[in-house]
Amino acid sequence: MPSISINKIKDRKPSDIIFDAFVIFICISMFFIVAYPIYFIVIASISDPTLVSTGDVLFTPQGFSLFGYEQIFQDSRVWIGYRNTLFYAIFGTAINLLFTLPAAYVLSRQEFRARRFLMFFFIFTMFFNGGLIPTYMLMRDLSLIDTPWVFIFNPLTVNVFNLIITRTFFENNIPHEMFEAATMDGCSHFKFFSTIVLPLSKAVTAVIGLYYLVWHWNDFFTGLIYIRNYDLQPLQIVLRDILLSNQVFAEGAGSGGTGGGYAQRYADQVKYGVIIVSSLPVLILYPFIQKYFEKGVLIGSVKG
Amino acid sequence: MAFAQTAKSKSVSKPRKATVINTFRRDYQLWIMILPAIICVIIFNYIPMYGIQLAFREYDFTAGLTGGEWAGLKYFEQFVNSHLFWDLIRNTLLISVTTILVGFPAPIALALLINQIRWKRGKRILQTTVYLPHFISIVVLVGLLNVMLSPNTGVLGLLLAKLGVEGNLLASVNAFIPIYVLSDVWQHVGWNSIIYLAALASVDPQLYDAAKIDGANKWQIIRNVEIPAIIPTIIILLILNMGTVISTGFEKIFLMQNSLNLPISEVIETYVYKTGIVSNQFSYAAAIGLFNTLINFMMLLIVNTIAKKVSRISLW
Repeated sequence: MPSISINKIKDRKPSDIIFDAFVIFICISMFFIVAYPIYFIVIASISDPTLVSTGDVLFTPQGFSLFGYEQIFQDSRVWIGYRNTLFYAIFGTAINLLFTLPAAYVLSRQEFRARRFLMFFFIFTMFFNGGLIPTYMLMRDLSLIDTPWVFIFNPLTVNVFNLIITRTFFENNIPHEMFEAATMDGCSHFKFFSTIVLPLSKAVTAVIGLYYLVWHWNDFFTGLIYIRNYDLQPLQIVLRDILLSNQVFAEGAGSGGTGGGYAQRYADQVKYGVIIVSSLPVLILYPFIQKYFEKGVLIGSVKG
Repeated sequence: MAFAQTAKSKSVSKPRKATVINTFRRDYQLWIMILPAIICVIIFNYIPMYGIQLAFREYDFTAGLTGGEWAGLKYFEQFVNSHLFWDLIRNTLLISVTTILVGFPAPIALALLINQIRWKRGKRILQTTVYLPHFISIVVLVGLLNVMLSPNTGVLGLLLAKLGVEGNLLASVNAFIPIYVLSDVWQHVGWNSIIYLAALASVDPQLYDAAKIDGANKWQIIRNVEIPAIIPTIIILLILNMGTVISTGFEKIFLMQNSLNLPISEVIETYVYKTGIVSNQFSYAAAIGLFNTLINFMMLLIVNTIAKKVSRISLW
C-alpha cells in the first residue's frame, strides 16, 4: 500500500519530466561521444582514403579500400612488435600471478602476525617511489637494460592494487572454518592454497590476470625507457613510430609532411588500420570479459 | 588443533620470546609464500628509493646506483636557477590541477546519471560503451587525437574549422591542456564511475521512500540522498588520486609533445626523461625528479589534511 502512494506522488511531478528528458539527452550524447570515434576509425580504415580526407566519410564506409591493411600486413615491424608483446604479456602475466596470488593469500590470513606491517610495506610503494632515474640506474646495475626481462621484472611486477583486490577476495570468500577443518586433517598452507583456495578463486584470478595482461599489452613506458634494440621493442613502440613519428611506411618513404596531401592521405589510412590491428585482441575479448573487469573494481572497493 | 593454537596465541600469557618462536614455526610456510613478492618489492621499489641519494652525489659510472662523491645541493641549485624552473613547475601544477578539477567530478556526475536510467538494457549498453576506452593504450589514444584533429584531413579538425576554430590544435599552446584533459575524461570517465555506481547501489532504499513521501523531486533526491551517501567514497578516491596524478601523466604528455606546444607541455617528468635518459645527466635529472616527488607529496598532504578536518576521513 505505501509503495503505491509513493509512486503516485512521484508521477505527478512536472519537474521530474524535464529532469528525465535532460537525463536521456545527456546519456544519448554521452553514448555517441564515446562510441563515434571508435566507430569512425573502423569505417575510415576500410574506406577510400581520398574520401576520408575530404570529410565525406562520416557515418558509413565510402568507396572500399584495404590499402591500409595491405601495408600493415607487409610491414615486418608490426609483426615483430606483435610477437614481442605477446611473449612479454604471457610470460609477464604468469610471473605476476605467481608472485601476487600466494602473497595475497598470506596477507588474508588473520592469524599471520606480520600482516599489518607487510600491508603497510606494500601500500607505501603506491604513494612513494624512487622516481625515474634511480629506477633506471637500478635496472642498469642489474644489467636488465635491453633484455626482455625488464618487461617481466619491474616495479609493477607485484601491483599493489591487484594485491589488495585479491587479498580482499580471499578474506571474504574463503571461510575460516574451512582452513581449520583442513588443518585438522593435517593439511599444510601450501596444500590448502593450491588445492582449496585456488580452485575457489577462479573469478579473482581471472580479474587480476586480465588486468595484468592488458597492462602488458598497453605498456609503452618500459620499451621507451629501457629498450634500445629495435628487435626487442614491444608493439606500442612500433605503434608510436607509425602513428606519431609518421614513419608510416616500412621503407621510410612518404612521411606525409613535404610529400603533400597525397601521401598523407594514404599514411592516414595505414594509421587507422594499425589502430584497429593493435587494439584487436583487447576489442575482441572486451565484450566477454567486461563483467570480470567490473567485478575487480567492485571487489577492490569493498575494502574500505 | 589450529583452532587451539590461534586461541593460545591470542591470549598472550606465555613469555614473549617463546611466542615469537612458536608463531614463526607455525607461520614459516606463509613466509615462504610471501617471500617472492617481498623480495621483488624490495629490489624494484625500495632500492630505487635508497638510490634517491644520487641527486645529492656526483654521478659516477663505476659506482652504480648510489653515485660517487657527495655534491650536496649543487644540482638542486642548478635546477632552481635554470631558466626552465618556473615554467616546469607551473606546467606540472597547471596540468595536474586541471586534470583533477575536471577529471575528478566527471565520473561522479556520470554515475549519478547512469543511476537514473530505469531501462535496464539501455543502461547496460551505455555502461559497456563508456568503459571501453579505458582499455585503449595511450599510444593509440594520442594517435587517435592526431588523426582526428588534423586540420586538413581529420574529421574533428574539419568540423572545428567549420565552426571557426582555425589552425592546428595539436601545435597550439592554448589548446594543449583542454585537449589533454578532455581526452583524459573521454577515456576514463566511464571506468572511474563504476566505483560510484557501486556506492550508489548500496544506498538504503528507505531513504528514497522517505524522500519521496516528503515530496522531493528527482533533483532533490540526488542532492540530499545520493550525494551525501557517496561522500566517503568521493573523499577516499580524491586522496588516492592526489597521490598519483602527477606521475600518471608522463606517457601521454610525452606523446602529445611537439616543438610548438613545448612551452606548455614540458613538465618535470618529461624534462627528467630528456636530461637523464636521453642526455645522461643522471644526477641532475634525479634532483629534478625529486621535485616531482615533493609536489606529489605536498598535494597528497594538503588534500588529506583538508579531508581530515572536513570529514574525519584520512589515509593515516
